[in-house]
Amino acid sequence: MKTRHLFATALLMGTMLVSAAVQAKSLVYCSEGSPENFTPAMNTTGTSLDAARPVYNRLVQFEPGTTTVKPALAESYDVSADGLVITFHLRKGVKFHSGVNGFTPTRDLTAEDVIWSFDRQWKPDHPYAKVSAGAYDYFNDMGMPDLLASIVKGADDLTVIMTLKEPNAPIMANLAMDFATIQSAEYADFLLKKGTPEQFDQMPVGTGSFQFVDYQKDAVIRFKAFDGWAGKPKVDDLVFAITPDATARYAKMKANECQIMIAPNPADLAAMGKDGDIQLLQQAGLNIAYLTMQTQKPPFDKKEVRQAIAMAIDRDSILKEVYQGAGQKAKNPIPPTIWSYDDSTVDYSYDPAKAKEMLTAAGVTSLDTDLWWMPVQRPYNPNAKRMAEMMQADLEKVGIHAKLVSYEWGEYRKRLQAGEHQMGLIGWTGDNGDPDNFLFLLSCKADGTPASQNQSKWCNKQYDADLLKARTLSDQAERTKIYQEMQKIHHDEMPWMNIAHSTVYEPVRKEVSGYKVSPLGAHEFQNVDVTE
Amino acid sequence: MIKYLLKRAALTLPTFIALMFVTFTMIRLVPGDPIEVRRGERGISPERLAELRHVMGLDQPVWKQFLDYVWALLHGDFGTSIVSKTPITTEFFTLFPATVELTMCAMLFAVIIAVPAGVIAAAKRGSIYDQSMMGVALVGYSMPLFWWGLMLILLMSNTLHLTPVSGRVDLIKYFYPQVTGFFLIDSVLSGQKGAFLDAVRHLILPTIVLGTIPLGAIARMTRSSMLEVLEEDYVRTARAKGLSVFRVIGFHALRNALIPVVTMIGVQLSFLLAGAVLTETIFSWPGVGNWLIHSIERRDYPALQGGIMLIASLVIVLNFIMDMLYGLINPRIRHGR
Repeated sequence: MKTRHLFATALLMGTMLVSAAVQAKSLVYCSEGSPENFTPAMNTTGTSLDAARPVYNRLVQFEPGTTTVKPALAESYDVSADGLVITFHLRKGVKFHSGVNGFTPTRDLTAEDVIWSFDRQWKPDHPYAKVSAGAYDYFNDMGMPDLLASIVKGADDLTVIMTLKEPNAPIMANLAMDFATIQSAEYADFLLKKGTPEQFDQMPVGTGSFQFVDYQKDAVIRFKAFDGWAGKPKVDDLVFAITPDATARYAKMKANECQIMIAPNPADLAAMGKDGDIQLLQQAGLNIAYLTMQTQKPPFDKKEVRQAIAMAIDRDSILKEVYQGAGQKAKNPIPPTIWSYDDSTVDYSYDPAKAKEMLTAAGVTSLDTDLWWMPVQRPYNPNAKRMAEMMQADLEKVGIHAKLVSYEWGEYRKRLQAGEHQMGLIGWTGDNGDPDNFLFLLSCKADGTPASQNQSKWCNKQYDADLLKARTLSDQAERTKIYQEMQKIHHDEMPWMNIAHSTVYEPVRKEVSGYKVSPLGAHEFQNVDVTE
Repeated sequence: MIKYLLKRAALTLPTFIALMFVTFTMIRLVPGDPIEVRRGERGISPERLAELRHVMGLDQPVWKQFLDYVWALLHGDFGTSIVSKTPITTEFFTLFPATVELTMCAMLFAVIIAVPAGVIAAAKRGSIYDQSMMGVALVGYSMPLFWWGLMLILLMSNTLHLTPVSGRVDLIKYFYPQVTGFFLIDSVLSGQKGAFLDAVRHLILPTIVLGTIPLGAIARMTRSSMLEVLEEDYVRTARAKGLSVFRVIGFHALRNALIPVVTMIGVQLSFLLAGAVLTETIFSWPGVGNWLIHSIERRDYPALQGGIMLIASLVIVLNFIMDMLYGLINPRIRHGR
């Protein structure tokens, strides 16, 4: 096994050396950690999804730098009038990577690969269901097991028919997510026969713009360009230099040891902006930071109290001090970059006098409460502790004495989910750019109890009915009307106080062109070029 | 001698047992759950959480988990990483050569500089050289490594462009298979022109940073040990016989002065093996220190338990070998006198 692995590596090295001889163009991306594996269906972290994305494609994908869904492995699709049957027409002649782990594909992409990829996550008796201790969190979280009725081959090898149990408008945005990656059923069979199925998730074979070459844990992931259905990428070699420390990543950028880096240290942004060798790209983040209020605990069960709190907190100062200008004030529970955003919402202004008045009217003259802050930096909140301290000072002015509380991150989220808090800082980063992916956070179950992700424990029948209705509609204009109605309900009820949408920064070297910052936090390199 | 060996081995056993217990307990005392910590804002339903906890055996009583862990260890099974689903031994021994290579280079760097510096300081006791040398050693000994590493990167890599920032190899120019895992050797085996020098260049900064603290410690120890020996009668006799200063210090005094220094090197080596964590993080050095840090962040219990046990076992074995060597060299130790 080891000898074969060495032989394969030597062969791949040979290939790389030959390409080096003709002056290969390389792009080095400074990533922050090692992937858990290379099967997106089993991962939820950005680090792992980024590492697998160069290798794979989905039926539909997001246009780079946007949340627009466009055809990918499926060149087109039809949705039946009742919204229950989606027929995907696959591209003809889509090749899989050849030579990885001794595998040479004998056929192009067919319906079999699509069905295999979904069945692995869906059916417990699938031969790969338990391989690598398979846990398919996104597939389950997006409600696919409840939604799917069947996935079968259509009239020919290039037609896939997906039948749903109920119409679901966000389904195409969901299918553009990484968990819906299409893998090679033939490669899976090849490894099963070899008796090494776990290698399927460690040495990936896909149809993407880059072919996997080598991975050394905590050090490097190497890919080479693949001239597949989407055309040959502009660089010959793509290298992920695993660099956990943000300061070291910046130092590598300055030394041109990498050309693109993830997650700059907020303290370095000013210097990066002035650095002539670096372009500091930015994009409005598809995220929101908010202050959840536990509406089942008095006095937060009164909407007037919640509205008063929204008026008691000076968010402009928070934007200035915590975000240092790298964000915008949030007035709706969805970011303005998402369609259906209701720009007509009149935001609550900072008015401590009026807030105090409203609190008194609601019978709250002095209140001892808690205010939780996250112990970690998140894309939507660079410094939750400082934010909580500023809020604490503002609340004190209106007679609310908030005690600051925090826990270890996993514990924090778990307790917040259980509703142990009274007020707590948290937020959300969107998965797919569909409004449903934000608005569902405040939904309740059919029995009227809050769903697990609903930290405010707030239930509103109209809001829930709207959410379900919008899912059944395929017309975006109709859905927009409903989502704007939901934003109005949110604004009136204020189950959480909207704080900010952060700006996402990505430094790239001046030699790089064609790179687009993804609002979804993805890092994609198929259109990137580097000038020597 | 056999009796002595058996006695030492018997003393090692309780250390292992205590280590197993402490490792297992300490990790569980740290707040956080390996499943919860990976879920982020998305959360997890109580049913799914219960299912995953069952699969990982985390729903068992803690004493049962401990017994299972000990039983598996007795069968040589260090467990499987919760995150990567890879056996701990595979992960550990893939990364361990990088740590060993860095540790050895750091120790070599420290010894080569510290011993002569300590000897000269002792020989010129009270001089400006002695005082400044000991001052520098004290600064080195108390150096905050993270700051020191970043300063060196800024100076040597970003300003003077003399060394690479981090990593073990130039990722664009060189790509060779890991045969031994020691890049100084693998680069030579690869036959690629310039690969060895590239590996050396990548080792310079992490070596200096990791070697700084032992350098300070060894230099101070060498000086004080030399001062003691230089007062001995046989040194005075050697001087009286008219031997050159070089012969007196280099051959007669240094040989005896080195005994505590060698002990100190052994102790520092154990510290370095376990303590390369910061240096590996700053320099993106893919060793076990870096790996353990990530395991803590992810609450990867098996990786932490297995990794710490493996490192501690190596340190215990190292100490055991050292004890045996002492026993061989000095019969008084062997006979407990």
